[in-house]
Amino acid sequence: MSISRRKFLQSSVIAGGAAATAPYYFMRSARAADELEVGVLFSLTGGLSIVEKSLADATLMAIEEINAEGGVMGKMIKPVVEDGASDPKTYNEKASKLVIQDRVPSVFGSYTSASRKAVLPVFEKRRNLYFYPTYYEGFECSKNVVYTGAVPNQQLSNFIPWIVENLGKKKFFIVGSNYIYPREMAKVSKILIEQAGAEWVADEYLELGHSEWGAMVKKIKDSGCDVVLSNVVGDSVVAFYREFKNQGLTHDTLPICATVTSEIEIAAMGAEFAAGSFTSFPYFQAIDTDANQAFVERYRKYVGDANAVTHHALESSYFQVYLWKQAVEKAGEATPEAIREGVKGQVFDAPNGTVTVDPENLHTYLTPRIAQWDDKGQGTIVDAYDAPVRPLPYVAYGETSENLFCTASGLDTSKL
Amino acid sequence: MADVIFIGLSLSSILLLIALGLTIIYGAMGVINMAHGELVMIGAYTAVMTGIYLGFNLIAALPVAFLVAGGIGFLMERAVIRHLYGRLLDTLLATWGIAIILKQAIRLEFGLSFLDIHIDGLGTGLQNVAIPAFLNQPWSIGGIEVQSYRTFIILLTVFLALVTWFLMYRTSYGIQVRAIMRNADMAAACGIDVKKVSSLTFAYGSGLAGVAGVMMAGFKTVSPDMGSSLVVDGFLVVVVGGVGSLLGSVASAGFLGQVNGIFATYSNDILARAVVFGVVILIIMWRPQGLFSFKGR
Repeated sequence: MSISRRKFLQSSVIAGGAAATAPYYFMRSARAADELEVGVLFSLTGGLSIVEKSLADATLMAIEEINAEGGVMGKMIKPVVEDGASDPKTYNEKASKLVIQDRVPSVFGSYTSASRKAVLPVFEKRRNLYFYPTYYEGFECSKNVVYTGAVPNQQLSNFIPWIVENLGKKKFFIVGSNYIYPREMAKVSKILIEQAGAEWVADEYLELGHSEWGAMVKKIKDSGCDVVLSNVVGDSVVAFYREFKNQGLTHDTLPICATVTSEIEIAAMGAEFAAGSFTSFPYFQAIDTDANQAFVERYRKYVGDANAVTHHALESSYFQVYLWKQAVEKAGEATPEAIREGVKGQVFDAPNGTVTVDPENLHTYLTPRIAQWDDKGQGTIVDAYDAPVRPLPYVAYGETSENLFCTASGLDTSKL
Repeated sequence: MADVIFIGLSLSSILLLIALGLTIIYGAMGVINMAHGELVMIGAYTAVMTGIYLGFNLIAALPVAFLVAGGIGFLMERAVIRHLYGRLLDTLLATWGIAIILKQAIRLEFGLSFLDIHIDGLGTGLQNVAIPAFLNQPWSIGGIEVQSYRTFIILLTVFLALVTWFLMYRTSYGIQVRAIMRNADMAAACGIDVKKVSSLTFAYGSGLAGVAGVMMAGFKTVSPDMGSSLVVDGFLVVVVGGVGSLLGSVASAGFLGQVNGIFATYSNDILARAVVFGVVILIIMWRPQGLFSFKGR
């Protein structure tokens, strides 16, 4: 029997086509009725994977815990994990895939603002729902995103008055990486510094990822400031704190007060370089409650690393899955719109305390805390609010609890 | 003013430390080694690993990193680059490929992470190296506070530059290398074992990258991606200084470092970086062959 080349090609194209489509149909029909798919979208590769992997782990851990207790409305949650590869464009593609092909009703994901901005059009156009766990600069009001990390007023409105009153500092040197988050944070800081009756002597930026701090630290030294407010991000944090110490500055006399430096960065730089400095976050690994200690233990066991650290965005990645679960149960169905209506006003006892989703702007009430780092890389909580604070994403533009810019009906641009 | 010059000097020494190996390899063999940054990264990881497993401090890790990075460079030359001499674009691609392989080898812990085996000190995470206490404290000289770690880097760079100069200009090995730089065929005709000298030169240049890596580990976090951005600075120095010219590299590193330091201090780092690139563009427009250069192969 001889098979001509043409014939072979024809039949293999048909066979190949059948083989390629078969799993798709198979998958559709095999999607069990007792399963509920959700998207998990973090960078598992690339430069940001160091942090984002831990966020993905916390998300999957929450899903596993919920499933172990019977799932959501009797259905098991099935995570569809995609890799954003530290690249906003990839984020956009993977978000489209999750929303259009997998038709998941919600996606948990993103660490950087750049990746969130990249996926935003997908979720808004397809009316899907994105759960974003990271502290960010605010200035966003989407009906399709639930924000569970801190916004500037939850990191700064307690921090700056506290620095002025308790540390007695009057002259701020504001330093940050050169992109939107540090610049917005600086804007809010300046308002608060003036309100507190202090002044800022400089507002300086360094390229993202820059690690040569010689000239900047010298400027800090020569500026006559008595406190440094740092919005430096990522790898640069490590080089900054190291150079600070190498130039002979100490946190006793000139403390760095940071909004980004978390347990992860401290572990990466070596604890001795940060000992004595301060950070403001709603969550620290050191929060001394049984709920949090148990959470840290569970996380360490889950990732199989007895020294793993937990941090603010990680904790938000964890509790937002529970908020989502409660929202689905309240809505009684798993469609994006129903979940969004369901999540409004949801309350959950997270490791950091009680969190509530604001029904107006879909941001989360969180409890601001300030920690001082010790020489073991852990924070000592030196100040905490009694109650969670309302999220105000437009605080830099004059938003207050009485005068919201971002409400359930959308952003009131006339107030900007 | 003195402290501004010190910052510039420190920036220069870091530039030169990275460029030194690159300029030798580029000059002697006409190979643009895109994996140079990854050899720096290997050096930094050597410091991490010797710290964890052998209890070595940063200084003790220096010779180890030289040998490890040099050894990897030697293997690279033997396995790949040797077969591509004279084909500039091919070596560019090949060394870039090697760079990716080296990065992934560290990230995947030589493939063991697929088997769920974790080696402390490797993997995607950030690592850090402790700086010995005596390099941590600034000391003052004539009323100026000087950072000991940066001073140490400056001294080490001067030392390595002198050693390299001695090797190249005062030993018979150096004469052979320089002969190959000028004209490889003629050198071979005179009885120089071009292949052997080339492998040794490549290994030496790679070893210098390893030493640079150890020193960088004290400044910043160690991660698989750390080398990629460093290699750009290295190429700036080499291109401005003139291909294969040791003196040129020293001069251009010194010059670019001071430009960077002065602009960073009196305006800001972002502008300083732009100015440095602007100066580099002007210099290569004015002297495409670099500041110091001779006709080579």
